[in-house]
Amino acid sequence: MKPRWFPPRPLEFLLVSQNQTDPEKRTQGWMGIRRGHQAHPIEWLAERFIFLVSLTAILMVFLIFAFVLREALPLLTGEVSSAAVQPVIPVADMDKIPAEKLRLYLELTPQQFATMDHDTKKLLMETKVEGAQDAPDNKDAKINTIEWRYLLFPYQWSGYDKPVYIWQPVSDIKKYNIIPIVIGSLKITLVSLVFAVPLALAAAIFVSQLAPPKLKEIIKPAIELLSGIPSVVAGFFALIIMATVLQKIFGYESRLNAFVAGIALGFAIIPVVFSIAEDALTSVPHNFTQAALALGASRWQAAWQVVLPAALPGVFAAIVLGFGRAIGETMIVLMASGNASIMSGNIFDSARTITATIAAELAEAVFGGDHYRILFLIGALLFLVTFLSNMAGEMVMQRLKGKLEGKK
Amino acid sequence: MKKLLLIAALTVAATAGALAGNISVIGSDTMLILAQKWAEVYHGQHADTKIQVNGGGSGIGFAALQNQTTDLCDASRSAKSTEIANCIKAFGKRPTEYKVALDGLSVYVNADNPIKELTVAQVGDIFTGKLKNWKDVGGPNLPITLYSRENSSGSYEFFKSKVLNGSDFAASAQTMQGTAAIIQAVAKDKGGIGYGGAGYGAGAKHLAIKRDDSSPAIDPTEENVVNHAYPIWRYLYIYVNPALDRGEIASYLNWIRSDAGQKIVKDVGYFPIPANLRSN
Repeated sequence: MKPRWFPPRPLEFLLVSQNQTDPEKRTQGWMGIRRGHQAHPIEWLAERFIFLVSLTAILMVFLIFAFVLREALPLLTGEVSSAAVQPVIPVADMDKIPAEKLRLYLELTPQQFATMDHDTKKLLMETKVEGAQDAPDNKDAKINTIEWRYLLFPYQWSGYDKPVYIWQPVSDIKKYNIIPIVIGSLKITLVSLVFAVPLALAAAIFVSQLAPPKLKEIIKPAIELLSGIPSVVAGFFALIIMATVLQKIFGYESRLNAFVAGIALGFAIIPVVFSIAEDALTSVPHNFTQAALALGASRWQAAWQVVLPAALPGVFAAIVLGFGRAIGETMIVLMASGNASIMSGNIFDSARTITATIAAELAEAVFGGDHYRILFLIGALLFLVTFLSNMAGEMVMQRLKGKLEGKK
Repeated sequence: MKKLLLIAALTVAATAGALAGNISVIGSDTMLILAQKWAEVYHGQHADTKIQVNGGGSGIGFAALQNQTTDLCDASRSAKSTEIANCIKAFGKRPTEYKVALDGLSVYVNADNPIKELTVAQVGDIFTGKLKNWKDVGGPNLPITLYSRENSSGSYEFFKSKVLNGSDFAASAQTMQGTAAIIQAVAKDKGGIGYGGAGYGAGAKHLAIKRDDSSPAIDPTEENVVNHAYPIWRYLYIYVNPALDRGEIASYLNWIRSDAGQKIVKDVGYFPIPANLRSN
């Protein structure tokens, strides 16, 4: 027998862990490569490479989350201040104050401070004084507006006649209350789910249970084709055509609003909900239906009362994954929602979503500034929501499959 | 493309070391078309100078200026003190500011709206949400729909400081992705009002603006903007690191402020700066 000259498999325990003791199964290596005879070294290398590539995807998710969170972190630890008025030291006092205090005041790193000459520091002192002159004369100017109570609760800002939830990040007094945009996101997502879920589920039940095979072959790819529409094209369509048509039908006041954006978004999530629900319904074993039919049920009764309840967790997963897709979608809502950050539950009012806010504002936000950090904070929030909803959906789906295939 | 590159390479080789220069420009989206046109015409006259123009917004331009990734920064507003401070930290000097054009912001309403003129204060009250119906300013009984720009836009900041006196826009103001989108929205909405460059025309009606109740209503025409009779106007700027302001870059900046450069300003829809501001 040829000697085994390439290294043993260090990660094998991860891959075939459950069947370690069963000698029958052990010969069937990962991807079946060792089945029959030992893998060729090149195959072995390719196998490792593919494994690494698939690990990269998981790694990327964690890296992205870590990056987003890192950018938002100084907010959570209170290192950033958005107060419009900062204390000013007169230029003449420059040589009197201790070096370390001067360095912090001029916001320099120790290295910058050491290499910078006196005149340049003086120039910087002057810009500080100018900045104070530009600063607004306002009772709120000393407030650090990125504290949690201003982010989450209403506050009566000067110039407003009652406490308000308000998102005004480019302003003398920057107001970062995230509630209006969270509500905007939820409102549009809700409209899109109410519109898309019944349609997608009905289509899924029809295709998987009732449709003749020939019709099924047409309908299924046609619906899945919807997911191929670039979201910017869907948004454009909503902005120009749908907004006008829907306004004529419903006669509401604001042409671009949460309703228009929700309907357009619905078209984007129909294929998501449809294919997962259809998958779940199809994976219900055929003998369920046959048993029902044998007991005298009609095809409709079998579909509604036997197959649908059996696949219910899968349908739930489809809705949850649809939710994740809808709340994370950007281009359609950016174009069709009107983007006004109104605190309102009315779906015919314009709305601003988290995604559209990030897309529209990040380009101009000062790198490392408070606005920039807030945008990353809401980005991290969004990431968490979609990650958890996707994970919940996938877990429910896996369990259902296991149950229906009789594994557990 | 290949041919172009070849020609470019040959030109560079021919003038090697002499005057060959690359100038990079980053900044305001408002000025993007203007900056591209300047670059195009100047390159036509000085084939050995290549000018690369990018948009992104005035803030992006200042960021690039302080990171020294660009030679020139286009800005539709003057530099903030924090931006100047960052430049000083990066290269030890204040950036030099050149005024290169004038821009008037028009207020647009739907063509069917009988209102022809408003005072600056009225426009301000409309956009802060104090006035909610056209009948409050002498028009028909029709709710006002506000169309504004995204808060990353220079026009947004300018309109806010000049017309709203720094107050916040009403939360109900819908934000559009560009001036053309505002005009399109106002053209379709009988109660709509929006703002944008005076150079943009068709589709909506430009209002005449009164400085206050007792002043005459002024149309946003070139003459009125240039002599500052029309109240809503601003300068457009170019900022440069003073250490770079020599040779090719200096002659480009001089050309921009010459008659030839200012003629292009007019062609693009902005207004030339008066002669007394051209040399500084």
